[in-house]
Amino acid sequence: MSILVIAEHDNASLVGATLNTVTAAQQIGGDIDLLIAGNGCAEAAQAAAQVAGVNRVLLADDPSLEGQLAENVANLVVSLAGNYTHVLAAATTFGKNFMPRAAALLDVSQISEISEVVSADTFVRPVYAGNAMAKVQSSDSIKLITVRTTKFDAAAETGGSAAVEAVAVAADSGLSRFVGLAASESERVELTSASIVISGGRGMQNGENFHMLDSIADKLGAAVGASRAAVDAGFVPNDYQVGQTGKVIAPDLYIAVGISGAIQHLAGMKDSKTIVAINKDSEAPIFQVADYGLIADLFDAIPELDKAL
Amino acid sequence: MKVLVGVKRVLDPQVKARVKADKSGIDLTNAKMTMNPFDENAVEEAIRLREAGTIEEVVALSIGAAKSEETLRNALALGADRAILVLTEDVLEPLAIAKVFKAIVEKESPDLVLVGKQAIDDDCNQTGQMLSALLGWPQATFASKLELADGTAQVTREVDSGLETINVNMPAVVSVDLRLNEPRYASLPNVMKAKRKPLDKMDLADLGLDTANRMTTIEVMEPPARAAGVIVESVAELVEKLRNEAKVI
Repeated sequence: MSILVIAEHDNASLVGATLNTVTAAQQIGGDIDLLIAGNGCAEAAQAAAQVAGVNRVLLADDPSLEGQLAENVANLVVSLAGNYTHVLAAATTFGKNFMPRAAALLDVSQISEISEVVSADTFVRPVYAGNAMAKVQSSDSIKLITVRTTKFDAAAETGGSAAVEAVAVAADSGLSRFVGLAASESERVELTSASIVISGGRGMQNGENFHMLDSIADKLGAAVGASRAAVDAGFVPNDYQVGQTGKVIAPDLYIAVGISGAIQHLAGMKDSKTIVAINKDSEAPIFQVADYGLIADLFDAIPELDKAL
Repeated sequence: MKVLVGVKRVLDPQVKARVKADKSGIDLTNAKMTMNPFDENAVEEAIRLREAGTIEEVVALSIGAAKSEETLRNALALGADRAILVLTEDVLEPLAIAKVFKAIVEKESPDLVLVGKQAIDDDCNQTGQMLSALLGWPQATFASKLELADGTAQVTREVDSGLETINVNMPAVVSVDLRLNEPRYASLPNVMKAKRKPLDKMDLADLGLDTANRMTTIEVMEPPARAAGVIVESVAELVEKLRNEAKVI
């Protein structure tokens, strides 16, 4: 078997999710190539070559890949896919964007967001926001797969010494243009890579009160997240959102503050190793998944927790 | 201009999915069903475009069992002008749905297709991207802002690292995210009016497409349960447990 992993990168380095995707590829088994596609991304290719277990790094460095538009990336993937039995990408907004497009062009189904590799053609994936797990078998000749990265450990960033080979890039589709990216500005660790996350819900009452969580996050080296209810109420920007429609994360410690625990929020955090819930409503569903529950008014508990750390 | 909007009938998001005892799937017997929440945003956006005078007609499409008519009537009550139902009792994969969708696009020639970014039952997040690929159209996924001008669509996309803006030629397929708009509710008079709006039905078989599934569901299982937790009495006890028992801080 031969597997192509489409790497996610910022031109200089790999996004962590790529390393988890490499592990999923290793569980399928076979030679693993990494594709770095972008404009001015040679440095990321050098980083990719160091990843343990990688056979070759394919570098597609071309102005048409600026912004990694789905049309151009999908065409590139299609041009390479014939050499592989499996093509994998992380189930991030990057992978979810181009992968189904490539699958349709190849006339194959995509297996979305696998959480377990059973064999080379059989995988487990969550459905209904993780309320059920489906074991599915694919009959397609090339298997295009996105990977739920929280379910696979990260491959070692170093230890490999893969060769970097340039690959031809198809002409720009001309269908779409990259205008710009307004990256969210935060000095803190990113939600998806943080080992500790503290999230606030509707119980925080307003955006100003989220600063109470900032102080604790700084002490713990944690990221700050939020429930959809808090985002919809305008307390914090949408990229804070943890849940089925936001980010799916699995940190070592997740602290849910004033979050009731709607199904769609639980879908985004219930694989965390240790879950703490702080809520004054003892009936809140969040307590059903919490390892440690504290039934208290967050406006008393949070300042006290801040002092105790 | 014309907009074609895809809507899917799914289990109500407030209802907990229950795995069937024989592990063949989710038990939907007598379950409350509704329009996929992301599709509600797609319908809302289409109606707002018509209200703004940017487009003239909103056509809603559903591909599924006969009861999908309820979902289409809901779209009509919200403001769609007419609806198309492609009838099939089979549960089709997104690739097959995209092929059916493409056949309807070729009949209707819309300037824009709007779909929800993902259905909350199979959580695939594929149909919009696949449809645009099959049509050779551009795609704009996870849209939180949409502006049409001069034969192009300027779309702000919700991506993991923030907000990305792209500009795509029309016709295009746009898959929408929850923050695009706040869907309205259908008023009772509009619900009544929707009963008389045109709704065309056709059988999937009459379209002559290969819609065979490529995947077999071997079994559907309950997710692994978490071990029961404990209730702590104080912040001090919580910190002590996190330090010495869970060893996470």
